[in-house]
Amino acid sequence: MIPAASQPQNKPEVKPEAKPAATEPQTKPKAKPEVKTARSKPHRRPEGKPEVKPEAKPAATKAQEKPAVKPSDVIVKEKVEVVQKEEKPVAEKISIGELHLSGCTGCLVTIADNYEGLFKLLDDYADLVYALTLVDTRHVPEMDVCLVEGSCCLNDKLSVEELKEAREKSKVLVAYGACAAYGNITRFCRGGQWNQPGHEAFVPISEVVDVDLYIPSCPPCPQEVRNVAVMAYLLLKGNEEQKALATAYLTPLMQLAKRGNEACGCDLMYDVINQGLCMGCGTCAGTCPVRAITMEYGKPNVNRDQCIKCGACYSQCPRSWFNFDVMNNYEGIMDAIKGAMQ
Amino acid sequence: MDVLGNYKSVISARSTDKDITKKSQDGGIITTLFAYALEEGIIDGAIVAGPSNEPWRPEPMVATTKAELLAAAGTRYTISPNLYLIKEATRSYGLDRVGIVGVPCQIQAVRKAQLYPIGMRDVDDKIALALGIYCMENLSYQALEAIVEDHCNQKMESVKKMDIGKGKFTVYTERGAVSQMPLKLIHKYVQPGCNVCLDYVANLADISSGSVGSPDGWSTVFVRSMKGNAVWDGAMAAGLFETKPIDQVKPGLDLVKKLATEKITKNQKTVDARKTIGLKADGTPKGLRNPYESP
Repeated sequence: MIPAASQPQNKPEVKPEAKPAATEPQTKPKAKPEVKTARSKPHRRPEGKPEVKPEAKPAATKAQEKPAVKPSDVIVKEKVEVVQKEEKPVAEKISIGELHLSGCTGCLVTIADNYEGLFKLLDDYADLVYALTLVDTRHVPEMDVCLVEGSCCLNDKLSVEELKEAREKSKVLVAYGACAAYGNITRFCRGGQWNQPGHEAFVPISEVVDVDLYIPSCPPCPQEVRNVAVMAYLLLKGNEEQKALATAYLTPLMQLAKRGNEACGCDLMYDVINQGLCMGCGTCAGTCPVRAITMEYGKPNVNRDQCIKCGACYSQCPRSWFNFDVMNNYEGIMDAIKGAMQ
Repeated sequence: MDVLGNYKSVISARSTDKDITKKSQDGGIITTLFAYALEEGIIDGAIVAGPSNEPWRPEPMVATTKAELLAAAGTRYTISPNLYLIKEATRSYGLDRVGIVGVPCQIQAVRKAQLYPIGMRDVDDKIALALGIYCMENLSYQALEAIVEDHCNQKMESVKKMDIGKGKFTVYTERGAVSQMPLKLIHKYVQPGCNVCLDYVANLADISSGSVGSPDGWSTVFVRSMKGNAVWDGAMAAGLFETKPIDQVKPGLDLVKKLATEKITKNQKTVDARKTIGLKADGTPKGLRNPYESP
């Protein structure tokens, strides 16, 4: 409606600028909406180039007051498209945040490693309401799912406080990545590192707060984050059948959280080989992100000095858990996730 | 789910490729399907049980040619940790479409890696064809050595073929000797991990194949998934297999079903027995870890 009013007046001026804008919306707006909803007050003025999209909102209101210079007109056009796309799904979306504690940001990058899949997730299923560098929100907001990256440094009061705040304000708290779940590489910290030599006590987040679900490995897999996000969406917004599926899918990851916060390649010995469950399939060796596992005569052998304690080998092992109710429907579930991402 | 899993069709089949049937264990189904899939670009490479520097010890390898597939053809009665290469195949080998063959537990591992890709980055959509082989139980390499060298009294390096059938483990040597031992003597050598396995005919594979149920030199083939169906139809249309309806061959599907039921019943008992194997202070039973309940 807005462009209908403003467009005709400025048509000749808009045209040259509008062309690049016309090609852009196909890719860009998909990514942006969530970021914008998170921004409470975009202050900067839309004097810049039209491709600075986050400024779309103030530009729109301005344009109504005084139909003005070319660049802002182009922005008006874009703005309308963005809002229309966003308005419908927003009500049904879940909100996801990422709390960044003592980690390397690899987990956060992993979310982005879903590439166009991330756009789809953010368009239809989840609003990203809190995340380092990606969302301009300073304080931990209310959210459905909070992914916590990194272990918690006990010497850093803010970490402890924010972690507790995240627990309070989220429905589901996820230990996202090996540091949050198991301590991972931060288990080896002895303090003395630049620029906080006093920081030496790092614990998996479950030492400080209750954790609902684990996504282990270092880094975690983008596909696993995607699956968990889709399943969390189904759990919170789906019909009964979808809720049942999501519950079945998420159960083992929740059980992992109950199992404890110590992980190591040794788990393969303690909980698989020693328990008489290993059949030598090779999954653990193929999974290990640091190649600490080799297969010696049909059984895994862990180079324990090389192991970073990320928990990937054990949780990927088909004999750590194997839930037939989910696995027997692998074809349907994979198709469903694929369909959800199209 | 039935003991035979979900399947779209089951048929008795044999490869029409003489190069393959010369080297294959039975009907040459797996080798032929992979060769076809490579040729058609359905897969870029297949993770198979290749040769190693020890006789009859398989080593996982990525085969990208028919010659490499042929080098890996035939059954070795010990585990080849094929999943070891599943991520590597998409990395250093740069494959976008991976084929993989495995025994039932390995196909389970493939599906878990796809549904729960915890440490399997960028793998889930690259599994283009997962072929399963029937498996009753498996042996460590040292156990196989004990069976061949102690029980059958043959040297590993002189063995031409090993086979299991009709209740016997049979060893054929290069010089024509044949040694046999009753299959039930093997049980003490079986990997303990195999005793909790609840899958006989690779229920989660795209296509699974094995000798049981079909005449000598033929295999019983279950076509299970959409993907598997497309590949099977293509291979059939290309004339790569001769087939017989499963209800017209001896011993037929009933034997497959009988063995599957036997295995699953026996192993379910083991799984259940593990729950009450020990004793708590209060006199109630203490159990071992059950992978089918929780991690």
